[in-house]
Amino acid sequence: MSTLVSETPSLSHVFSTVLKRDLTLAYRRRQDLVNPLIFFVIVVSLFPLGVSPEKSFLQEAGAGVVWVAALLATLLSLDGLFRSDYDDGSLEQMILTPQPLFIMVLAKIFAHWLVTGVPLLILSPVLGIMMHLEFETIKVLMLTLLLGTPVLSLVGAIGAALTVGLRVGGVLISLLILPLYIPVLIFGTGTVQAAANMLPVDGYIALLGAILALSLTMSPIATAAALRISLSS
Amino acid sequence: MWTFFHKLGSPKWFYDISGKWLPWFAALSAILLIAGSIWALAIAPADYQQGNSFRIIYIHVPSAILAQSCFMMMAIAGAIGLIWKMKLADMFVKAAAPVGASFTFLALLTGAVWGKPTWGTWWVWDARLTSMLILLFLYFGVMALQAAIEDFATAAKASAVLALVGMVNIPIIKYSVEWWNTLHQPATFKLTEKPAMPVEMWVPLLVMLIGFYCFFATVILLRTRNEILERERRTSWVKKLVSEEAVA
Repeated sequence: MSTLVSETPSLSHVFSTVLKRDLTLAYRRRQDLVNPLIFFVIVVSLFPLGVSPEKSFLQEAGAGVVWVAALLATLLSLDGLFRSDYDDGSLEQMILTPQPLFIMVLAKIFAHWLVTGVPLLILSPVLGIMMHLEFETIKVLMLTLLLGTPVLSLVGAIGAALTVGLRVGGVLISLLILPLYIPVLIFGTGTVQAAANMLPVDGYIALLGAILALSLTMSPIATAAALRISLSS
Repeated sequence: MWTFFHKLGSPKWFYDISGKWLPWFAALSAILLIAGSIWALAIAPADYQQGNSFRIIYIHVPSAILAQSCFMMMAIAGAIGLIWKMKLADMFVKAAAPVGASFTFLALLTGAVWGKPTWGTWWVWDARLTSMLILLFLYFGVMALQAAIEDFATAAKASAVLALVGMVNIPIIKYSVEWWNTLHQPATFKLTEKPAMPVEMWVPLLVMLIGFYCFFATVILLRTRNEILERERRTSWVKKLVSEEAVA
């Protein structure tokens, strides 16, 4: 680190520094990470209890239920994405650095995905088995979640950035972001349903990949702009 | 062209000129809407399959078109506000969101009323209907964000970003009837082709559409003028205007 003080750090260095910082912070507040996961499991288990424990129903609805639960769990964790940095002023410092803000934003979103999206992904096969999904279907479900959860983090970051300075953050994020989540949800569950009906899924997967590519390129820029707006007042 | 654009930077100039436009738009929309409604409801021939129930498209299609173009205008105004920091564009975004939401709701409602006798159901989860519903939620999002942020300038910028992000949905709505095999029929009007309907049916629709646009312009002008007065209330010209009105 000390050798880099005199020269401008490279973009990859900025990225890895922010990523390391966020992961360290997340590791120090482990309970905050576990909460969305527990929420995820509880929401999924509400459906067999609340609607029907029939195997035929669960097989049909299972993938959708897992997807909706993953979406809500991501939404719950989003409020914290910029909140603590905003409160202690480090967000302001990030904006003041000469490095492009969207690289740091991208690192923060990547860290968020690593600590919420990936655990959801790892938990999903267990829930898939509880929903009596076929092994092949579970594989496709995991693939869609692998492509879909980064989109949830990326798009959600825009909402988190827009509402970071507001008191009413939590509910407002859901209002702003859930409509934008719907396309991901439609294609995510559509893929799994196609797979369950033995139909080809390549087209769906390609569309999910396209959504991921689009949000990966656009969202950090929009999030960075939103952060500047939120902090300007 | 550019001088006009630059003049838009002055809320006072816009307030004066829009005051002159307003009666024209209001009169035009009243004439077109009344004439169009009579033409559409009484004179246009009934559909050979759907009978008279098809006549709801004279409300449904214009409001659906406006719902989408209002969002596009909002996003464009939002971009103008972000790039050139034009106060008037900010005010337009705030004025347009509830109007656009109303048109979206009207399109969904009339669609449901038409769908019941024709499709046999109030609602289907097909791509066009779902994407219009998302549009309604996006309008609600913009309105909620406007309401949540107290500072005018910040609220305007934040909702501009949201409107620009929400623009993703507009092509999805537009092409949903072509990309997916949906229950909803393809577009009624296209710029490049002749409508599939006979002339007696689509001319009143065109009249209604132009009438809706004039009505939209009237409402937006009224709301924007209101917004100008509210935000510029500390300037001398608004104070003068208000005191003159009070005396007269």
